[in-house]
Amino acid sequence: MSELEDFRAEVRAWLADNCPAEVRGPMAGEDDRIWGGRNATFKTPAHRLWLERMGARGWTAPEWPTEYGGGGLSRDQAKVLASELRRIEAQPPLFSFGVWMLGPALLKFGTEAQKQTFLPPIARGEIRWCQGYSEPGAGSDLAGLQTRAVDQGDHWIVNGQKVWTSYADQADWIFCLVRTDPEAPKHLGISFVLFDMATPGVSTKPITLISGKSPFCETFFDDVRVDKANLVGALNRGWDVAKYLLAHERTMIGAIGEGDVGRPLGQIAADAIGRDASGRLDQPMLRARIAEMEIDAEAFRLAMERTGDLAKAGRAHPALSSMLKYYGSELNKCRHELAMAAGGADALEWEGERSRNGQAARDWLRTKANSIEGGTSEIQLNIIAKHLLRLPGA
Amino acid sequence: MALILTDEQQMLAEAADGLLGEEGVGALRRLRDDRDPDGLSRDLWRTFGEMGLAGVMIDEAHGGSGLGAVEAGVIAEALGKHLTPSPFLGSSVLGAGLIVDLGSAEQKDRWLPGVAEGEAILALALEEGGRHAPHRIAARAERDGNGFRLNGSKAFVLDGHVADALIVAARTSGKVGDREGVSLFLVDPGTAGVAIERTAMVDAHNAARIMLDDVRVDADALLGELDGAGPALDRVLDLGRGCAAASLVGAGAQAFDLTLDYLRTRTQFGRAIGEFQALQHRAAHLFTELEIARAAVLGALQTLDRPGVAPAQAARAVAVAKAKAGQVAELAVQEAVQMHGGVGMTDEFDVGLYMKRVRVLNETLGDVGHHQEALATADGW
Repeated sequence: MSELEDFRAEVRAWLADNCPAEVRGPMAGEDDRIWGGRNATFKTPAHRLWLERMGARGWTAPEWPTEYGGGGLSRDQAKVLASELRRIEAQPPLFSFGVWMLGPALLKFGTEAQKQTFLPPIARGEIRWCQGYSEPGAGSDLAGLQTRAVDQGDHWIVNGQKVWTSYADQADWIFCLVRTDPEAPKHLGISFVLFDMATPGVSTKPITLISGKSPFCETFFDDVRVDKANLVGALNRGWDVAKYLLAHERTMIGAIGEGDVGRPLGQIAADAIGRDASGRLDQPMLRARIAEMEIDAEAFRLAMERTGDLAKAGRAHPALSSMLKYYGSELNKCRHELAMAAGGADALEWEGERSRNGQAARDWLRTKANSIEGGTSEIQLNIIAKHLLRLPGA
Repeated sequence: MALILTDEQQMLAEAADGLLGEEGVGALRRLRDDRDPDGLSRDLWRTFGEMGLAGVMIDEAHGGSGLGAVEAGVIAEALGKHLTPSPFLGSSVLGAGLIVDLGSAEQKDRWLPGVAEGEAILALALEEGGRHAPHRIAARAERDGNGFRLNGSKAFVLDGHVADALIVAARTSGKVGDREGVSLFLVDPGTAGVAIERTAMVDAHNAARIMLDDVRVDADALLGELDGAGPALDRVLDLGRGCAAASLVGAGAQAFDLTLDYLRTRTQFGRAIGEFQALQHRAAHLFTELEIARAAVLGALQTLDRPGVAPAQAARAVAVAKAKAGQVAELAVQEAVQMHGGVGMTDEFDVGLYMKRVRVLNETLGDVGHHQEALATADGW
């Protein structure tokens, strides 16, 4: 225990010196997010510095081994780091599909060369990744994907289309599911490959969503050359990699249910609506609903922690990620419905400085995708029924 | 600290589960159907003593095991799972907890070894109305010579009719609703002026109403400081709430397991009803809720055990756990009865017994709404 407390003191001192004031406190909006990559944009120079410092320590990927650019921390140390970051309300140094999704898959399935090549730039935030999974005809039935990779000796030629590719228009590289054996049963003819989005034949087209924003793209592959060295896992066994990565994606999406650092919704609502003589939010029905949501949120944070601890102890069923994804995404939708109720007409403004360009309404609408992306809530319930409950016919 | 049970805690869980599982729900049925005058098994209570369960949180110098809230919760979960009537919550957690916290050397020597051995039974006489309101105490204790004279009425006193000692919360100053001005008294139930009415409850567990009519006690009956029971009472009530939440998870999870078995074996339309997606999704949702509740309860129990934890932080964690466990257990038993269909409504099937027990546990030490209110108030909105 005292070693951990020593570590906490070390972290606290380092953060005091190295976490700039500009990256502390609640994020004002998505523009504050640091995604890194070749064309990285930073809200302020301090944001760039924050990524560089954390990346240099490997604390953008705290539990990865140091030889691959990670922090080499134990689970307990990583918890200490997270709690110290939370204590000073530090914003995340990096939002990264590379850290959250591809990295864990490479650590498990990648060759040594692939780990050496791809992991350190991910941890430093130098390469931004996107995920080529869904297709127009393969949504919930993901394994029905049709994007073809035809063997050309030392490389494949890839043709096809992906959809709902998050930030494809801003990504440097893609991890992508392609069909390498069209004759095999659908789960056994898929391979998991990596390629540069600058490769000739790759094009993207943003999709405008109900939020008015375009976080997702259509992504087209027209005779795209993919080096065979960039096959992850075995040929035609990409579904194993895909499922493993999906478990991480689901945990990542579920984590949105934990909510952001900052003022609790009950306080925001009380400020907007007013308080009674005892200081209570002066709208009892809304107050009760927010209290129920906050209790769910706190319980969910503990479930996230517990599931991570079980995983570290080798006792977590992979399908527990479906549980977190289902609960966290539904919780986040609930939170934003309540935020809209708390905001009243003010939260309905769509443009202009006062509403920060309609941030509340746009964020609310964005959350509706939470229970669709990464597998719908109904798919998660199917997975739980089949793999955790072992119900007949599931 | 990892949010999972340690190997030792896991072993304790298995020991408690093994012991209570021998007779399972049959123990409750027998006590109920025989109209057992005690409403609990004194043999089982002694076995609790022999196994170190009754004195789980009592220090070793007084014959206990000297363990913490997580261990108490593990035992409470097993009691919830098997619906076993036991003095555990009233005696080992609430009663012993107050004596450990506040007792004089004489009071500790008098009561703690007996509880740890599974011989003595304590009961906390706190509530006065139909809903948990720990500060709404109208019962009064007035100075009388070198002792006190108690008047008032108490309700929902767990194991009140079989207790060897009552711990009575009475007001010694201030007015009803004040957090200050409450004192605790150890009262022999045989004292003149004490009238105890056993109340048969829906779940066939024990409770009593107690009338105090000019009950005279000596000065050494006072437990802790005059007017100063508040903080210790809050702390021990949180411990009790954490354990009640663990019992709710135990009961809810067991009702769910019974339901899963039924979904796998009951056939209609030529197939197991568990093949129907309408039921699969409800079962998967319930599984998720139970896991979330389990994490909340373990989180709260670990928080209670953390050295130097601020009382407000512990109280918040407990409010989350009791509210969440209560909400989820209620869902679990409703789904259990509904998915069992007609047989779920019969006394022969156990799921109805879980529904009854969960209702009582939800009302014990604050229901879902009470703890939602507590959280919102604690968070300043």
